[in-house]
Amino acid sequence: MKVKELLFKPVFENNPIALQILGICSALAVTSSLKVTIVMCIALTLVTAFSNFFVAAVRNFIPGSIRIIAQMTIIASLVIVVDQILKAVAYDISKQLSVFVGLIITNCIVMGRAEAYAMKNPPIPSFLDGIGNGLGYSVLLLTLAFIRELLGSGKLFGVEILSLTTDGGWYVSNGLMLLPPSAFFLIGLIIWGLRSWKPKQAEEAEFKIAANTKPKEV
Amino acid sequence: MANKDSTAGTITVALVLCIVCSVIVSAAAVMLKPAQVANKELDFKRNILAAAGLLDTSKSVEEQFSQINTRIVQLETGKFTDGDPDSYDPVAAAKDPSQSRELSTEEDLAKISRLENRSEVYIVEKDGNVDKVILPIRGYGLWSTLYGFLALESDMNTVAGIGFYEHGETPGLGGEVDNPAWKAGWIGKEMFDNSGDVAVRVIKGKAADSAAHQIDGLSGATLTSRGVSNLVRFWLSDEGFGKFLTNLKEGEA
Repeated sequence: MKVKELLFKPVFENNPIALQILGICSALAVTSSLKVTIVMCIALTLVTAFSNFFVAAVRNFIPGSIRIIAQMTIIASLVIVVDQILKAVAYDISKQLSVFVGLIITNCIVMGRAEAYAMKNPPIPSFLDGIGNGLGYSVLLLTLAFIRELLGSGKLFGVEILSLTTDGGWYVSNGLMLLPPSAFFLIGLIIWGLRSWKPKQAEEAEFKIAANTKPKEV
Repeated sequence: MANKDSTAGTITVALVLCIVCSVIVSAAAVMLKPAQVANKELDFKRNILAAAGLLDTSKSVEEQFSQINTRIVQLETGKFTDGDPDSYDPVAAAKDPSQSRELSTEEDLAKISRLENRSEVYIVEKDGNVDKVILPIRGYGLWSTLYGFLALESDMNTVAGIGFYEHGETPGLGGEVDNPAWKAGWIGKEMFDNSGDVAVRVIKGKAADSAAHQIDGLSGATLTSRGVSNLVRFWLSDEGFGKFLTNLKEGEA
């Protein structure tokens, strides 16, 4: 039960992007094509899982005063290793991801989970928590990439689905979908949808807007 | 470790953590280096082959590359020079003041600021004659320097293919320089006019099939198109490979 909860709760109940609003930066940057997105998701899931694992393993030795920088060191080392492996094994994809693999270091999800979960829990549950949050991130990113690649270039995984007018077809591609801001709109719509479906996720308003004019003045 | 929060404890933990992490990172970097270098070279060769339209995915890249002869060219004279092409890197040489020169604003059509003295060319030979020549080209587009290859037929005028292997243009707009349909539009176009001047241009909109020197512009990517136009014109001019191409045509390179 607990394993299942750790793995799947972050997918819809506690999605790192939609609920915790973490990791937006890479959600904007790498979602214009599905192939690149998938590699990014795998890389991020692995890094989150393993950084959680290692941070949890040494959590009792990390002094409180330098805990953030200690977590960063572990995360950065893992990211560099992932980047090196990608360059050695999947060169084409690492070329497409270029700087974004390096930017996993600054992905808020990785840090957020290390600080919020791995510092207080044993390694194995932390590892699962990392996988779970990676999955939550992946689900959202893949949804974005699906919509953006389909509407932006009429393709999925580079295979043509909607024939473009530039190649003599009927579909006029939506250029906005290829630009990062479109991911902002899509994430907004997804959060709206998710919170309508699970109203518990909606935050309570912090203040209420007062009426502009009092009735008696009118 | 009761005093892990003391100054000494903090420093010890930080040191141990850093040493362990650095050992892991350096080990990964050193062990994977050969595979990475090999990948990079393979990718470079694959791009050369692809630009010339010779790439056959069913055969290994190394095997196909064996038909290509890499030579070093002195750009100023347009003649072959000695040197080991395997260890020579024109892009790196362009950054070295002793092997390159600064371009003035008027000369610097491709916005590369420094031009190497010697560059590499890739020659495909058939029965002892030059069949195709592949030139490395680079220049600034909208956001980034585009690196690529331009392949010419044996008349040193007709395009056999073009391809960019590295750039950072906007995906879907300037990034369409990678679009096979657009690249196919180059094939068969002529780079020089009858008097031997560089005549090719990427124009706005669609180029007519009969317009031998005009290439389709990329819609939504005016500046990338202009950059590509300029960089091709630069590398074909006398600053670039112009003299070499003339010499090669006359058999004097």
